[in-house]
Amino acid sequence: MKNTEKKTTHLKFFGIPKILPFVKPYSVMMFLMVFLSLLGSIIDLVFPKFQEYAINNYIAYGKLDGLGVFTLVYFVLLIFKIIVDTIGAYNGTKIEMYVGRDLKQTAFDHLQTLSFSYFNRNSVGYIHSRVSSDTNRIGTLFSWYILDCIWNGTYFIGALIIMFRTNAKLSLIVLAIIPVVVATVILMQKKLTTTSRNIREVNSRITGNFNEGITGAKTIKTLVAEDKMYSEFAEKTGEIKGLSVMESRYRGILWTTLNVASYVALALVLKVGGDFTSEQIMEVGTLSLFMTYSMGLMTPIRWIINSLAQLINIQVNIERFTGLLETESDVSDSPEVVEKYGDMFNPKRENWEELKGDIEFCDVDFMYPDGDEYILKNFNLKIPHGTNVAIVGETGAGKSTLVNLVCRFFEPTAGRLLIDGRDARERSQLWLHSNIGYVLQTPHLFSGTIRENLKYGSPNATDEEIMKALKIVSAEGIVERSENGLETEVGEGGDLLSTGEKQLISFARAILCDPKILVLDEATSSIDTFTEQLIQSAIGQVIKGRTSFVIAHRLSTVRNADIILVVRDGKIIERGTHRELMREHGYYHSLYTQQYQAEAIAGVFRDTSK
Amino acid sequence: MKKKNNNITLIKSFMRGCTHFFVFCIIASLLASLCELIMPKIISFTVDSVIGSEEVDLPAYLMALVNKAGGMEILRENSWVFAVLVLVFAVLMGIFKYLETVFNRKGSETLVETMRNRLFSHIERLPFSWYMKNQTGDIIQRCTSDVDMIKMFLSEQLTTILSTFILIVMSLVFMFSISTPLALIALVSIPIIIGYSLGFHRYIGDGFEKCDEHEGKLSAICQENLTGVRVVRAFGREKYEVDKYKKQNDIYTNSWVKLGKVLAYFWCTGDIITGVQVMVILVVGTVLCVNGKLTVGDLIAILSYNAMLTWPVRSLGRVISEMSKAGISIGRINDIMSAEEESDRHDAVDCDTSGDIVFDHVTFSYDGSTKILDDVSLTIKKGSTVGILGMTGSGKSTLVSLLCRLYETSDGCGTVSISGTDVRRIKSDSLRKNVGIVLQEPFLFSRTLGENIGITFDDPAARMEEIREAARAACLDETIEGFSAGYDTTVGERGVTLSGGQKQRTAIARLLAQKTPVMIFDDSLSAVDSETDAKIRHALREKTADSTVIIISHRIQTLMSADNIVVMSGGRIIESGTHDELIALGGTYKKINDIQSSGLDENEEVDE
Repeated sequence: MKNTEKKTTHLKFFGIPKILPFVKPYSVMMFLMVFLSLLGSIIDLVFPKFQEYAINNYIAYGKLDGLGVFTLVYFVLLIFKIIVDTIGAYNGTKIEMYVGRDLKQTAFDHLQTLSFSYFNRNSVGYIHSRVSSDTNRIGTLFSWYILDCIWNGTYFIGALIIMFRTNAKLSLIVLAIIPVVVATVILMQKKLTTTSRNIREVNSRITGNFNEGITGAKTIKTLVAEDKMYSEFAEKTGEIKGLSVMESRYRGILWTTLNVASYVALALVLKVGGDFTSEQIMEVGTLSLFMTYSMGLMTPIRWIINSLAQLINIQVNIERFTGLLETESDVSDSPEVVEKYGDMFNPKRENWEELKGDIEFCDVDFMYPDGDEYILKNFNLKIPHGTNVAIVGETGAGKSTLVNLVCRFFEPTAGRLLIDGRDARERSQLWLHSNIGYVLQTPHLFSGTIRENLKYGSPNATDEEIMKALKIVSAEGIVERSENGLETEVGEGGDLLSTGEKQLISFARAILCDPKILVLDEATSSIDTFTEQLIQSAIGQVIKGRTSFVIAHRLSTVRNADIILVVRDGKIIERGTHRELMREHGYYHSLYTQQYQAEAIAGVFRDTSK
Repeated sequence: MKKKNNNITLIKSFMRGCTHFFVFCIIASLLASLCELIMPKIISFTVDSVIGSEEVDLPAYLMALVNKAGGMEILRENSWVFAVLVLVFAVLMGIFKYLETVFNRKGSETLVETMRNRLFSHIERLPFSWYMKNQTGDIIQRCTSDVDMIKMFLSEQLTTILSTFILIVMSLVFMFSISTPLALIALVSIPIIIGYSLGFHRYIGDGFEKCDEHEGKLSAICQENLTGVRVVRAFGREKYEVDKYKKQNDIYTNSWVKLGKVLAYFWCTGDIITGVQVMVILVVGTVLCVNGKLTVGDLIAILSYNAMLTWPVRSLGRVISEMSKAGISIGRINDIMSAEEESDRHDAVDCDTSGDIVFDHVTFSYDGSTKILDDVSLTIKKGSTVGILGMTGSGKSTLVSLLCRLYETSDGCGTVSISGTDVRRIKSDSLRKNVGIVLQEPFLFSRTLGENIGITFDDPAARMEEIREAARAACLDETIEGFSAGYDTTVGERGVTLSGGQKQRTAIARLLAQKTPVMIFDDSLSAVDSETDAKIRHALREKTADSTVIIISHRIQTLMSADNIVVMSGGRIIESGTHDELIALGGTYKKINDIQSSGLDENEEVDE
């Protein structure tokens, strides 16, 4: 799976229109944000006026009349400004977090409806970062970057207006240096963006090297490749150091330009404005006002350009996010089906028929959506309810295809899958899934307690039913041994339990929903003999009386199956009972022999070590 | 285990080579501050005595300078001099600030480079048993986030504190030289702001941690949903998942919003303190000016100084409160650095492979209780081929790990020796260069196939012919040529995914290219089909004619032509001899041979 995207994207209006529906619920807050940042910025523009007033009216005339009122007005405005800022900051956080939350939820909800072809195409890490980091970035755009733009834009324009109204000639002189500043900032911002991207790239390679150095430690040692690994590693750390120092140079130039430009403006004001003041054209207080504004003009330029740069960068996040939402599922219920049976969030259980478990493949053709070859062609198979179907073949031969179709994880390319005599598409996915029990080769448990995991497929199960299910698969020992019984936490992915325990729990979980159809992917790796026997008998218990599909590795399971399907290179090449297939002397025969030998040899060694 | 190093000593050793950068950085910062502080002085002088007509009040040495230039009158006529003066200091300040930034980065990056390199090289040299005890994710976390934390400590926190301190002291000196009452007002607020923000950040630290925790939980829910997508779908639990996610999403969002509120209050209070302070300075300053105790220029200067201090002082509290995190990080890195490296004895010798390999009454256990090897004695003649047959857990892999010294035997538990020298007395590099092994689960590096096979060569590109030859012997050449990039095909995360059999064959080719005098194949053909297995074995016999070869397998066919075959079970050798001898013996080996060469239920014959 390759998910590296480095291309820069160009969306209409930076992709913002696509996100607007998510911002709409917060339009009052957005309005408030715009209003407050305008207001805050304007008040900030007013403050230097106090200094001017004090100098021009008190100091120049050597009088202190009205200083009390002056102080009071100053104080009131100060408090007002702080209140505006505080509400503004809190409001900004709210927009950032709420928009982010809604985006996350929408992405997560949509993922629940996507079909398996999407999950096969994209890695968990890739999908996860669409849900978490892209949404965060978009949230930030609609709060802080917009706020920055408005605040700084207002300040910049406001300061210019005040300056021009006070003294146009002096203002023009100051204005002359701004193009130079803007050009430098844009240039440096571009360089910074590229360099940061390169730094991230090398950084992830360094992490990869650490990973390789640790997971491959044994191999590195036996090959005496430590020095080679080290010198390559040191090359990369050297590279990132170079890049990072380069980045600091750009950053340094950027800030130095802004700093020096501020003082250039100041020096110009000092000389030209100073002359005006000497000639009595301008008051001293006004001169100080000019100095403050001309110095304050430069920093906003940096933040406006930064916000614009972020806007361009965040396009990628917007594109990835909307790309996820625009992905459609290959498997979906028709409107008529939804009408009658409900969708996955609002099921109409009252209309659900009971499922018997007869399954029939009628002239089914199948090709994986990302494949280019038919895996099934004109496939017909009738499976009356209660039949045990075993699917055998080597690892990676494509044994799960049939199961994927029965579970409607994929839809047949042509032909029909009949369930209880009716096309599977006539009923909802949730109806079918509610009647299927599923046990994976590598059992997947969710973090939470043992009880929560057992009740995963049947939320209304009582403790009595739970204990009964555990007993059927002889797993009650796990609960008895655990300190907190059913309340025991299983850890992330169930990692606090052993593999065998996880398997038994997942058996109990499947049996608890009393499914009519059972899908079971047997584990290849053998566990200790005792657990092995427990699982063996659990399988026997679980498949009794249900239509079952077992991706089988154990001879006993295979031998007892009602029908065996043999898969090679993705295709079903043989089918029949064990006896029939053995007589054929085909592929199944050799597979079975291999497996038989492996088990027999294990038996011989077990005897010797006794 | 060696006693843990002192954290301070460790930091000091990491800092070798970058200290001077930080010193330069602080000097540059000092000079930049000085320039910045001088400018308000120039401006106030210009406003008062050049533009205005205040008495010239300068220190004697500056007065002398003014007089040399022709006195105040000349200067008043040429007021551009002061503008130029401002510019000169501005440019100087800019240069020093630039240097401060660059030196700081040079220092911190040199530090990070040193830390990373030393960690990596240390980790590479740790004994294999260490890897078994530590989790990869945790080690990587320490090598990345904790390293960053220490970098932050030195490059941001420590230097910020120092330069802020310098700035405070210098600007106070300037302010006091202008007006004592106004300087006092500025001084009083500094401890208040630092104290307040320090206390606040200590308090808010928990809030950030909570938010991170909630975010972690939210991520976990999403990740479990994605990895368990089959279970979710098969049980029809999408709604439940959505509700679960929504609940945590709300908790996470609200925790941040709550924190945002607290932060807003914090900034609000900070704003009030600094805002009021500026106001008081302006009002008091105005009064002083009116009373003739202060000039306009001085007031403007004081206000500038005060503004310069505001942000550095306000961020100081945050910086100080974050410093405690660095201590934890240093400790976590110290855990790794204190683990003892694999080392050779002081009298270690080079490996001599002219003689036999001898396991002499070897007993071994990983944890001190369960015996993995139990009194194993075995002699492997120089140049011979030995086959080892056994099930998983019989101790066969452990046996060869001892030969490569991935693990060492304890004293009194027997010895493993080559040409009469105990392997524990042989230099590990020399030993492993002579004893090559293909591991049971082969590990390939994320680089090209050619580089993987020729990994032990200094310049693999120059020895392509040898690499091809090794690949041909491992039946891999055709497979590789089948890839569009051939030997330049990258494997691993960034490239193609190889099947188990292809990986095994690459590892075999790697060992063949290495041409070590002793070669071990630890179950290295298990994922290869029997046809290819036969081809490779045939090629191996030619390639390894001069080498001592140990082959571990559970296929009789793979082992039968060996000069000596041992059967292991439960950590002991239960049978040994040539194929014919073992068949004649009629024990376990024969039983397995019977099963593999014929084998099914008595009434169902099989043709092989």
